[in-house]
Amino acid sequence: MLGSDGMPSVGERRKSVLHRREAWEGRLCILPWLVGFVVFTAGPMLASAYFAFTKFDALSAPEWIGLGNFVDMVTKDDLFWVSLYNTAYYTSLSIPLYLLIALCAAMALNVRYPSVSIFRTVFYLPSITPSVASAILWLMIFQPDYGLLNTFLTWIHLPTRQWLFDPQVAKLVFVIMGIWGIGNFMVIFLAGLQSIPEHLYEAAAIDGAGWWARLRHVTLPMLSPIIFFNLVIGIIGSFQVFTAAYIITDGGPVNSTLFYVLYLWNNAFQFFEMGYASALAWVLFVVVLIFTFIQFKLANRWVYYEGDLRSLEGT
Amino acid sequence: MSRVMEPLVVQGDTEARPRPAGLGSYRPRIEPTAVLWFVVVCAFGVIALMPFLWMISTSMKLHGHEFDYPPQWIPHPVQWVNYSDGLTILPFALYFRNTLVITIASTIGAVLSASLVAFGFARLRFPERDALFAVLLATMMLPSVVTLIPTFVLFKALGWVNTFLPLVIPHFTGGAFNVFLIRQYYQTVPYDLDESARIDGAGTFAIWWNIMIPLSGPVLAAVAIFTALFSWNDFMGPLIYLTNPSLKTVSLGLQFFLGQYGAQWNQLMAVSVVMTAPVVLLFFFAQRYFIHGIVMTGMGGR
Repeated sequence: MLGSDGMPSVGERRKSVLHRREAWEGRLCILPWLVGFVVFTAGPMLASAYFAFTKFDALSAPEWIGLGNFVDMVTKDDLFWVSLYNTAYYTSLSIPLYLLIALCAAMALNVRYPSVSIFRTVFYLPSITPSVASAILWLMIFQPDYGLLNTFLTWIHLPTRQWLFDPQVAKLVFVIMGIWGIGNFMVIFLAGLQSIPEHLYEAAAIDGAGWWARLRHVTLPMLSPIIFFNLVIGIIGSFQVFTAAYIITDGGPVNSTLFYVLYLWNNAFQFFEMGYASALAWVLFVVVLIFTFIQFKLANRWVYYEGDLRSLEGT
Repeated sequence: MSRVMEPLVVQGDTEARPRPAGLGSYRPRIEPTAVLWFVVVCAFGVIALMPFLWMISTSMKLHGHEFDYPPQWIPHPVQWVNYSDGLTILPFALYFRNTLVITIASTIGAVLSASLVAFGFARLRFPERDALFAVLLATMMLPSVVTLIPTFVLFKALGWVNTFLPLVIPHFTGGAFNVFLIRQYYQTVPYDLDESARIDGAGTFAIWWNIMIPLSGPVLAAVAIFTALFSWNDFMGPLIYLTNPSLKTVSLGLQFFLGQYGAQWNQLMAVSVVMTAPVVLLFFFAQRYFIHGIVMTGMGGR
């Protein structure tokens, strides 16, 4: 972490003065971040931890109600469970699917074609398209009567669905829409693939390894830290899905797309139940924390770090 | 934790390196699997592009013919008037101006503050430095909704609701992701440069401004692009803080348009095209920095 700083060595006293000066200049440099951390991160986290135990409408002073919010959430609020289920459903279906497709796309692009950079652009563009614009676009494509998708399905004689109007499949539509935006995962996978040393593949080929063996014993182990990174970041992101649901369905039909953050947002800014919404936020935070912790624990079993002693013992 | 965020070896643009072999490409001659992959890639490329083409095509259709059967990919007649109608039915010129103001101010703030903070973390020594940097890395994993409500209460108390300040000022505090990105880069700049400048009598801040900033063009470009993109596309922030109609951003305007004139698909798509075009252009002209930035942070996993 520490670079090889080379300060000119003058007399000891002068040196300590210089060091003290450098320390203060360093603190001054990071001051913008430190202020931001206190004002926009640490302070709000403490405040929201406090609000979680209060009834608070952002107009009058918060009123302490102890564990009331959490008790209500677990015992009385069906929508809390519904939104938690919806989000868990979405996450558990979408993240594995997205990572798989992104990995396949990256492997396909890691081959020498003259036009790889064009494809890379094509696959990446959807993930930077403004979310409001893409939401409206999908609304049109999934339109049940004349939308492009149902027209296409009719044309190839497959059954059509009501899609966003059908509580059975509305969540699935969000999973499908998200496939369009996997460009970020893909670019990271692609960089990971390109940093795998060629000599590993050469050695594998000499040993007679075929396509599958090279994937299984070279590509996947070498890529596992990247897969892990995408998994952690992907899950944190997908727990917070909001904009598309807010614009396209606003939680409907029959709350089938009421995702967690959308429900939190409704509580905070529609019903002005800021205390309850803070409690919801903390529950989400703890859930994400537990998930991330479990993933880091499990990572020891399948993530391979180069230069790691454990992996030498393992093989 | 530290594993995922471990500093990484900075690489150039992924394409600039001599291309190492990947799956199914070990031998220089064309393998059947490579052909198969190519076909798969083409198919997916078409699927990925289709929504964009549909957006553009719909934006030029006559109203009432957006859902014609069979689907019309090349509109006839081409209705350019959708663009002028769509952009004037609501004051989109104003919305674009607002969005641009927020985007430019945020971008300047992010680049300046993040590069200064990164300079402090990368080049200056002080006892608390490594502990604070660990805190900074930890905040990258914090779900942003946890701080949403108190931040709103704070800005409300400050009287900043219905100003651009809540959307701009946080960017002046050197976001964790940006600082991480720039610090990685600064660590690759040789120390000889600082030293000779110090011998010439340059102060710490002169070194930052005159040496580090000019040398870090690519990484600052990456930070600028990510920030600009975030501000341009942001929906939740403006939704919370901008309720005054004259302060709306394009995102909010488009969403309001959908609510008011939901059936005007051709005009909705026209405005969407105008909103998306700058993003696409930015990507084409700055693709190197984009990929570089994603790769540098993503490769933190290695």
